[in-house]
Amino acid sequence: MENKEYLEIVKKEMPKSKHLKTMVQAFFTGGLICMIGQGIADIIKLIFKDLELDIVLQFTTLMMILLTGILTGFGVYDKIGSFGGAGSVIPITGFANSIVSPAIEHKREGIVLGLCTNMFKIAGPVIVIGITASVLVGIIFLFIGM
Amino acid sequence: MKHTIYFNGDVGIKDTFTIAGPKEGEGPLANYFHNVLRDDILGQKSHEKAEILMMKSAIKNILNRTDYTTEDIDCVFAGDLLDEITSSNFAMREFPIPFIGLFNACATFCSALIMGAIMITGGYAKRVICATSSHFGTVERQYRYPLELGAQRTPLNQWTVTGAGCTLLEGGEDHRVKLTAATIGKVVDYGVTDSNDMGAAMTPAAMDTWITHFTETGRKPSYYDAIYTGDLGHAGSRLLKKLMLKEGYDLEGIYDDCGALIFNREAQKVGQGGSGTGCSNLVFNSYIYSQMMSGRLKRVLFVPTGALLSRITPLQGESIPGIAHAVALEVK
Repeated sequence: MENKEYLEIVKKEMPKSKHLKTMVQAFFTGGLICMIGQGIADIIKLIFKDLELDIVLQFTTLMMILLTGILTGFGVYDKIGSFGGAGSVIPITGFANSIVSPAIEHKREGIVLGLCTNMFKIAGPVIVIGITASVLVGIIFLFIGM
Repeated sequence: MKHTIYFNGDVGIKDTFTIAGPKEGEGPLANYFHNVLRDDILGQKSHEKAEILMMKSAIKNILNRTDYTTEDIDCVFAGDLLDEITSSNFAMREFPIPFIGLFNACATFCSALIMGAIMITGGYAKRVICATSSHFGTVERQYRYPLELGAQRTPLNQWTVTGAGCTLLEGGEDHRVKLTAATIGKVVDYGVTDSNDMGAAMTPAAMDTWITHFTETGRKPSYYDAIYTGDLGHAGSRLLKKLMLKEGYDLEGIYDDCGALIFNREAQKVGQGGSGTGCSNLVFNSYIYSQMMSGRLKRVLFVPTGALLSRITPLQGESIPGIAHAVALEVK
């Protein structure tokens, strides 16, 4: 049996991801997280009527991050994630989870070399790519603006 | 060169001991395990420390059960999945017994059995302990992601078994279950690159070892009452059965996979089944051994499989090599 032949058999025989099912799950999980965020924003608006919208939204983000931190610590968010997939990864909650979970895991190796070193192990690429993209876009706009 | 060696009936299993984690304790083999843990951290500060403790208590327990002291044991062969096989090395700090650490990924337990049997048949040892362990927490962290990360598992993923087990091999005639032959496997790589698909990576290795074993011994699969692979999982073992049928070996009804046996796949949400150095070990030392002791199985071929990857090799574009060793056991 040749390598190529074997890999083709593997491709044919092994079970595949059920894309439709996981996409529906991701859609509703992501939607639910956004609804909770909207709910929090509405409540803040009701309590503090004079606040500007910008500040309300910033508070909402902070609340969502806090909530994720707590849920991750209690071992709930990984279950939401394994159900919701990208639906729970894309919102800010997914980003918070990706920072809190290695922090919990590596606390045992000490604060500096364990927790601090490994905290951005998963979120790191997001930050690097995010910053790089913003710089590139900034440069492009600089020239277009001129 | 022949890959199959024969032990001529003078190596037997004196006793076995298994410690299974809580999730394994909810699985279909719960009643066969000697000890089921209520939690997987065991009051320790980390999962790594808990795994060391599991390995230590497995060895302590087998010494207690057989009334042997560390003086009576000539050598220990042990291994696990962590870098520098730390669980085994650190557990062996407690025991003044000569020790050799092994690594063949999930096939480590079988290499330990083979090495032990060779030591005894060669006359270099009277009693040898073969032990392995694995822990879901430590393996996830080393090979995949933090436990609390909300990542979705692919349908091909397997669940690392938490548990430790050991077998006490002894020379002499008066054992019910004897090791009769072993086929030492080669590293086989068919270019599977998906590190989630361990079953497909290890299947060619299992095939290679099986075909070598059947050709060299002249036996047919029907010579055995049961043939077990280590941890190919449901999909992997189905693939193996199909490919073996193409080669002219019919395995229907006699073949099963330890990874598929240890969990209730649907109810326990474990993907394709169990995996890890503890997987084939737990199933062998509890279920298979007790089936042989009660006489329901008389001849067994035990073929644990291992996927020899590290965390960095798939990132560097390497494919996943596999290995499988076979041990034939018979009730005398």
